[in-house]
Amino acid sequence: MRGRSPLFETMRLAVLGVLAAGFLLPFFWMVSFSLKPASEIFTGSLNPLPTGLDGFMNYVRVFEARPLGRYLANGAIVCAAILFFQVLFAAPCAYAITKLRFGAGPLIFGLVLFALLVPIQVTAIPIFAMLAKLGALDSYTALIVPFSCSAFAIFLFRQFLRTIPDELIHAARLDGCSEWSIMWQIVMPLTLPAATAFAVFSVVSHWNDLFWPLIVVRTPELSTPPLGLLSFHSSEAGERYGELMAGSVIITLPLVAAFLAAQRQFIDGISLGGGLKG
Amino acid sequence: MTAPIAVSGATGLRGMNDSARALRRRFAGEARLGWLIASPAFAGLLVFALAPCLVVFAMALSDWQLGAPSARFVGAANFRALAADDGFWISARNTLVYGIAVSSGSVLLGLALALLIEASPLGRLFFRTAFFLPVVSTTVAMAVVWEFLLHPTLGPVNVALKRLGLAQVPFLADADLVLPTLCAIGIWENAGFNMVLFLAGLRTIPSDLYEAAALDGAQPAWERFWTVTFPLLGPTLLFVAVISLVRSFKVFDTIVAITQGGPHRASEVMLFTIYQEGFGFFRIGYASALTIVFLIALVGVTTLQMRLLERRVHYR
Repeated sequence: MRGRSPLFETMRLAVLGVLAAGFLLPFFWMVSFSLKPASEIFTGSLNPLPTGLDGFMNYVRVFEARPLGRYLANGAIVCAAILFFQVLFAAPCAYAITKLRFGAGPLIFGLVLFALLVPIQVTAIPIFAMLAKLGALDSYTALIVPFSCSAFAIFLFRQFLRTIPDELIHAARLDGCSEWSIMWQIVMPLTLPAATAFAVFSVVSHWNDLFWPLIVVRTPELSTPPLGLLSFHSSEAGERYGELMAGSVIITLPLVAAFLAAQRQFIDGISLGGGLKG
Repeated sequence: MTAPIAVSGATGLRGMNDSARALRRRFAGEARLGWLIASPAFAGLLVFALAPCLVVFAMALSDWQLGAPSARFVGAANFRALAADDGFWISARNTLVYGIAVSSGSVLLGLALALLIEASPLGRLFFRTAFFLPVVSTTVAMAVVWEFLLHPTLGPVNVALKRLGLAQVPFLADADLVLPTLCAIGIWENAGFNMVLFLAGLRTIPSDLYEAAALDGAQPAWERFWTVTFPLLGPTLLFVAVISLVRSFKVFDTIVAITQGGPHRASEVMLFTIYQEGFGFFRIGYASALTIVFLIALVGVTTLQMRLLERRVHYR
């Protein structure tokens, strides 16, 4: 596909340029309006740059209006805990069904394939009822536990482990390694690429998730970032646009910054993850 | 596998018994370890995937209310109530319209973007980043931003329309405009995701095929697209189309944040109805019946689309 004419190149850049500008415009406006004082927003100005520095107060006021720092911390805690348990449970399970001879392997893998088909929206009502029965609603437990066993993670680790030759394990056994250390010290470190991609997928989907926190969280202090922003938005509707935009910038920034810093890993993680879920 | 055992047995039958025993011990040990390390995940899947699935079916056939000590079996009553409910049909129709519009729009746009980006190295990284940005951004935050941008009087879109001397448009308050507007936002959110999948698919097409096609007289780029790119991209297209449809059927965040299903249910979608019935009104049986319809639709449409596209991919 080389030797394109200059005309083609120009057209390509023009079309992509216009589309990219359109795609980026909401981000641009979000930042621009987050820096404008209310007086300027309510006059309906199109000037992208704020006239003064008063608008910076939006970032201060949104933290005063809502415990935004707490929301961000909740998001980080929930994402980290979910990821920790997902890897802790999924990696050994995938190792067992790919690398160990044991009768239940196919049965467990069948269950994994089934679970892949069922999104949280389908299992939400029974899981909610179960958590209610246990008195565990409105807690970190409710936010974390339902996601701690990921069929997708097991599937992914299995796909990856299958590419690691069994000879490696046989050789380690000959050397007298215990099964336990073969798994954790020899095989698992090799799955790091799969684990990284999965980590990106998991963190992005749970940081951004609204459905589940909306269902199980009642106490405002337990809100994850999307839920916190939503409650600020619903209670202050029509009033504090500058602060709303500032809040949007703040909760979007962590992932966008990470994405810009590690694009390859993000695109790999999300595209591979989205293939089965999301 | 047998090497350490072979040296342990000395000669003859005795040796073979020893090695068989050792092997059996090894297998038993492996099976034990297997169960040990697989059981937490196995239990997790039973409790959080299989059991809730069975329970949701049972709930759909009962009149159970949250917190009630007992429930009655009511057969298909919940499904009959659902079929007689206009709200359900509105919600189902909206979800279908949204799903088809957003998936086809974002698949076509994603494909166009991928082809244009891949056609030349110039600006590749920048464009990929720009189009992928909405995918990483928190949906709720972007919904809040869109709502403001489309605000009837203060939003920059309407301010710009006014400056141009055009009438201001109540994009999200007009029952005829709200769904198309949400579809456009959905396409903006998903096109970059599909683009990335197409970029990966395009990279698997060997470049000598293009040279061969050019030698065979497929001269304009358009013809090379139809003879080489399109057929070889078939499997990717199938895959992207299916997951894109499934993704758009699950639209929820944008609706909750912007419209709450309004105005006059014009933007009410399945997941929002399930959420409202189940967790707003606690009509568990009815919400479970809705969930089952949603699950069947999800699995059914996916299977159907797979079949149709598979035929076209194979017999092209």
